[in-house]
Amino acid sequence: MRVLAAMSGGVDSAVAAARAVDAGHEVTGVHLALSLAPQTLRTGARGCCTREDAHDARRAADVLGIPFYIWDLAERFRADVIDDFVAEYAAGHTPNPCLRCNEKIKFAAVLDRALALGFDAVVTGHHARVQDGRLYRSVDAAKDQSYVLAVLRPDQLAHAVFPLGDSTKAQVRAEAAARALAVADKPDSHDICFIADGDTRAFLQRRLGSQQGPIVDADTGDVLGSHQGSWGFTVGQRRGLDLRRAAASGERRYVLAVEPASNTVVVGPRERLAVDEIRAAGPVWTSSRPGTGFGCSVQMRAHGMVSPATVTVEDGAVVARLHHPQHGVAAGQALVMYDGDEVLGSATITAAGRIAADA
Amino acid sequence: MAYLDHAATTPVLPEAVDAVSAALGELGNPSSLHGSGRRARRRLEEAREQIAACVGARPSEVILTSGGTEADNLAVKGLYWARRAADPRRDRVIVSAVEHHAILDAAAWLEHHDGARVEVLPVDGAGRVDPDSLRSALARDPDSVAVASVMWANNEVGTVQPVAELAAIARDHGVPFHSDAVQAVSTQPVNFAASGADALSLTGHKIGGPVGTGALLLRRDLACEPLLHGGGQERDVRSGTLDVPGAVGFATAVAVAVDRRAELRNRLMTLRRALVGGVRDQIPDVIENGHPAERLPGLAHLTFPGCEGDSLLMLLDARGIECSTGSACSAGVAQASHVLLAMQASPELARGSLRFSLGHTSTQQDVDAVLEVIGPVVARARRAGLASVAG
Repeated sequence: MRVLAAMSGGVDSAVAAARAVDAGHEVTGVHLALSLAPQTLRTGARGCCTREDAHDARRAADVLGIPFYIWDLAERFRADVIDDFVAEYAAGHTPNPCLRCNEKIKFAAVLDRALALGFDAVVTGHHARVQDGRLYRSVDAAKDQSYVLAVLRPDQLAHAVFPLGDSTKAQVRAEAAARALAVADKPDSHDICFIADGDTRAFLQRRLGSQQGPIVDADTGDVLGSHQGSWGFTVGQRRGLDLRRAAASGERRYVLAVEPASNTVVVGPRERLAVDEIRAAGPVWTSSRPGTGFGCSVQMRAHGMVSPATVTVEDGAVVARLHHPQHGVAAGQALVMYDGDEVLGSATITAAGRIAADA
Repeated sequence: MAYLDHAATTPVLPEAVDAVSAALGELGNPSSLHGSGRRARRRLEEAREQIAACVGARPSEVILTSGGTEADNLAVKGLYWARRAADPRRDRVIVSAVEHHAILDAAAWLEHHDGARVEVLPVDGAGRVDPDSLRSALARDPDSVAVASVMWANNEVGTVQPVAELAAIARDHGVPFHSDAVQAVSTQPVNFAASGADALSLTGHKIGGPVGTGALLLRRDLACEPLLHGGGQERDVRSGTLDVPGAVGFATAVAVAVDRRAELRNRLMTLRRALVGGVRDQIPDVIENGHPAERLPGLAHLTFPGCEGDSLLMLLDARGIECSTGSACSAGVAQASHVLLAMQASPELARGSLRFSLGHTSTQQDVDAVLEVIGPVVARARRAGLASVAG
């Protein structure tokens, strides 16, 4: 196949490209420039698309002996990922920008262009497996990225190649060192790539401004404190509330709800976070739709928060009844449904509650 | 492989390779006082005299540099600093909109860090500066201008500027005039004395000499502050141990280039006509950028509507055709060319452009190689262009 390897400048995508070369594919490396104002140097594990990252990607391509280019997708990334991220927070949701980037950039803008230019597939360093058009978790549970890929449709997955899904991160690093790739010991990237200093709240404040609003007790309705914008909070969050009044019981309080219309943050004790019924919209089925009602396991955060569940699908919406209640399920995150290691599909969480409370 | 990127760098002439490797075998620092030093100094000064003779300059006007970028920076910053030190009213720097970034960014740096006021002369749709725009900029307040700089020939679209006319206007107003002649030497009659310019930038690697060599031709009576301080080897305007092999290789390339200039010019005009005509036969809506007559003979800058330049470049590269999108890179990301934007091209059209540049080793086979693949390549790039808009 003629394949396009997306090379971030990190160790995973470098080894993925190397494996694609070994597999006999005709590989072309592409670094996606996603930042409108790239910084010169990478600082630790944060940020991306610095000149240094582009250099590292180019150097890895040189070592592999493959052509290498840089594609400027900064404008698309801003519109489809960053603006979406800000709008979701403004609406009281908690978005996952990596998922959006896979959906809109890597396996849409990049894939479409690659196919038009005569490539057959896009290769990435994601830790996940594709077999016969079906998407599975990586063998490395700690590094598994199937959650942020579960939004891909069958026609997107058909042109996706993930060479690392059968390996652990440790194996990938060892292989990079054995291949004399200089990025073998480069730190993993984490956090949000377009927020280089890691301060999401400050980033949102620059975009959305400050507006003081109340922090309200869920049970009593008492105003316990104030905040500078409801967008700065996520359901399940405990830190950063800065409450003036302790709870009567002295127990810790968590964000239970974010209400952007009234700029209100509702807090309460941890047990009030427990939910066992999740509603989600816009389902995407990875291969074939599993039916209108089925048992599976569901995941509601990029890492962890997994529960067995019974799922029903009606009118384009998904309702998952969790067998074990979960704490801190946030609207805007993806509900990803698994059969064992296989991804069945995903949908965007719109609401979460207690079945008992509904009755 | 067909190499059509001579404006980026051109193959080193065998004569220059021989001259450099012979000189690399010789011991001596030209600034040393002993026999080895004297022998090295002699080779260096012979090279300087050869360069001077080929470009209508006196040997004492040749300041050897590490290339065009250093020469441009030295001219803009060095003349600005010296002129303003002599008279603090002189804080204006006048440059054309289509200058190389070595000029534009040097001027911008002076603006941001050193109190300069930068004025940008517009160009017409063909990329030419109107001499009247320089005249009126100077006439407005000639005593406040430190330096004016307009390139001899543009590196992206190949338009040749009316340098002699511009230099004469600057002289009438008592303002030093610099021109970046980096792209011009191999095909244009570059003569420092005849041009009337006060300073001229040259480079070795665009004419078949080694990269890392070049010169600023600078009138002897014009004060210029150095960028590099140290031993003061070059008229106290430039420091650094003198590079004898580089100077010898550069001088050899200049001599060969000037000697073969007329022949190369004619050959490149013929090849260019075949290239552009052949492309137009297959891509009727191709747009040819730059001036139709006042232009470098070997450079064809073409816009392919509906295409992304980097798609075209990648597809051609995969088929063994090497060319350029002709625009500056920032972190490796292709920006819409400031030259095309100054020529009033839309950003979409500016992004869909390629620069094919022919040089001393170009042949009809190179042109044929392009014509063999350009039709399907443009068709595919158009599909990809649509995909990236719609997707």
